[in-house]
Amino acid sequence: MTSLQTAPDTIAQARVRRLPRFAPAIAGAVALAAGTLLGISLGWNVAGIVVVAVLLYLVGLNIWSRLVENARAATDRMMTSLIWVALGLAFIPLVSLLYKVITKGAPQLNGRFLTWTMRNVIGEPGGIYHAIIGTLLITLAATVISVPVGLLSAIYLVEYGGESRMARWIRFLVDVMTGIPSIVAGLFAYALFAIVVGPGTQFGIGGGVALSLLMIPIVVRSTEEMLKLVPNDLREASYALGVPKWKTIVRVVLPTAMAGIITGVTLAIARVIGETAPLLIICGNTDSSNFNLFGGQMASLPVFIYSSYTQPGRNPEILQNMAWGGALVLIIIVMALNLIARIAGRIFAPKTGH
Amino acid sequence: MAKSIDVSDLNIYYGDFLAVEGVSMTIKARSVTAFIGPSGCGKSTFLRTLNRMHEVIPGAHVEGKVMVDGQSLYDPSVDPVEVRRMIGMVFQRPNPFPTMSIYENVLAGVRLNNKKLSKRDADDLVEKSLQGANLWNEVKDRLNKPGMGLSGGQQQRLCIARAIAVEPQILLMDEPCSALDPISTSAIEDLIHQLKEQYTIVIVTHNMQQAARVSEDTAFFNLAGAGKPGRLIEMNPTKKIFSVPDEEATEAYISGRFG
Repeated sequence: MTSLQTAPDTIAQARVRRLPRFAPAIAGAVALAAGTLLGISLGWNVAGIVVVAVLLYLVGLNIWSRLVENARAATDRMMTSLIWVALGLAFIPLVSLLYKVITKGAPQLNGRFLTWTMRNVIGEPGGIYHAIIGTLLITLAATVISVPVGLLSAIYLVEYGGESRMARWIRFLVDVMTGIPSIVAGLFAYALFAIVVGPGTQFGIGGGVALSLLMIPIVVRSTEEMLKLVPNDLREASYALGVPKWKTIVRVVLPTAMAGIITGVTLAIARVIGETAPLLIICGNTDSSNFNLFGGQMASLPVFIYSSYTQPGRNPEILQNMAWGGALVLIIIVMALNLIARIAGRIFAPKTGH
Repeated sequence: MAKSIDVSDLNIYYGDFLAVEGVSMTIKARSVTAFIGPSGCGKSTFLRTLNRMHEVIPGAHVEGKVMVDGQSLYDPSVDPVEVRRMIGMVFQRPNPFPTMSIYENVLAGVRLNNKKLSKRDADDLVEKSLQGANLWNEVKDRLNKPGMGLSGGQQQRLCIARAIAVEPQILLMDEPCSALDPISTSAIEDLIHQLKEQYTIVIVTHNMQQAARVSEDTAFFNLAGAGKPGRLIEMNPTKKIFSVPDEEATEAYISGRFG
């Protein structure tokens, strides 16, 4: 056939040979076996064997598919495999981190660990109650400062500012704020309160201010995106009913975007709750529980973990184990926050009635 | 209650761009006036100037006069928010508030305007408005369900119920049926026939049969070319427009020779 026609004339011509359905499994097993043999004979470790096996799998399946099927199918199998490899690579740090923290931290979790402080505890495991309280209070303070500022800024940017020069500048500055290193935020708060209160002041609310510097840009940006998603039709419908602009924003726009705003705020909290550097500077550290944000040093989980690991004192074993327990508690708090964000998002999402 | 509108020499701008030029017309009270014309000729823009929705778009403004019962709509002392309470609007795409139930959607205009209503008055108003929009029988058992769960035609009637619940005197409709199927369209046209007993209705439509079916008067808009402002070509009783229009351009448009 010398015809230029590339489309098949009949369905029979459209049939191609296919590899068996379990071909990837076979290729994987063969590649793994070959990699293991090669690795053991040359004395590599597990990582080396896995890398070689993956490469063998990618090349082998590609060649096999190219021989039996066609070039398009081979490329398809190649890209599918690469995407799975990329997914696996992304999972390795997450899974190994969780594995490490859970195996090291879980044995520490008990009533005493969660309800005791480290006050007057010498030579035996104490508790992280004071650090949990500190973390929750400081993060709460940061949230109370950031949410109104961030929400109102976002409302200005979307509903009033638009593309005006002022709005563009604010957007630019918010983007700059996103890039502030957290240690700089801590130093800023420290310097600020050194002027306002007195040199060397360390207390919880300072940590709240430092963390809010990191939180505000995240809240502004996520809220802005959510408000932009609210269809303009709804604003016009509200104006056409004779509803003033501010009330349209409060009663129509914000409720419609509420699910996304709550998710954004929660993710911003999750982002700053693990900050160590600024709290180390402005909140200090202590062994006792301190419920007063405005007086005295305040412990927090990240600072507790840091100091227990770097300055374990005479019983490094005990304190380092406690640091792992603290890390696990911190991760649990962050995961709980994410879960709450998802549930709240579902509750506040606009109803479709199905 | 229903009011008439007198427009004289109205120029409508988006920023520096003159979108509609030199419109003068009289819209009669308690009747249906239809605007027809090709896309982009400014009929929707003109409609939006009649309840000052036009100026919601940044940079948009008008020159000229719009008088409602002898009062100037664009007088500096007139509050656009109050104007929009008096002159309601229904949009092309149904837009019920997604966070509200059917019941709350109907009451939205009243509630958001800070009026306190007893439970009984509220129930009565919801029933009256939904009856007025021919929707009551379909939704009376599920008033607390979300408004977004209704079909497109029902949503549009819900929007009409929401618009008439604030008891406006004039109702502006911007292609209210263009997103609806023929059955829903027919339901809305029946509704327009009922509503004109009480309200002055202005409707923008792309569907000339619809204009012929529902309106007493028809205004034909056209534009000379891309980038040129739209103009009012002719306004006459609907019967005349569709049989012996004054202008050649109108004749060409309604007979399908262009547009």
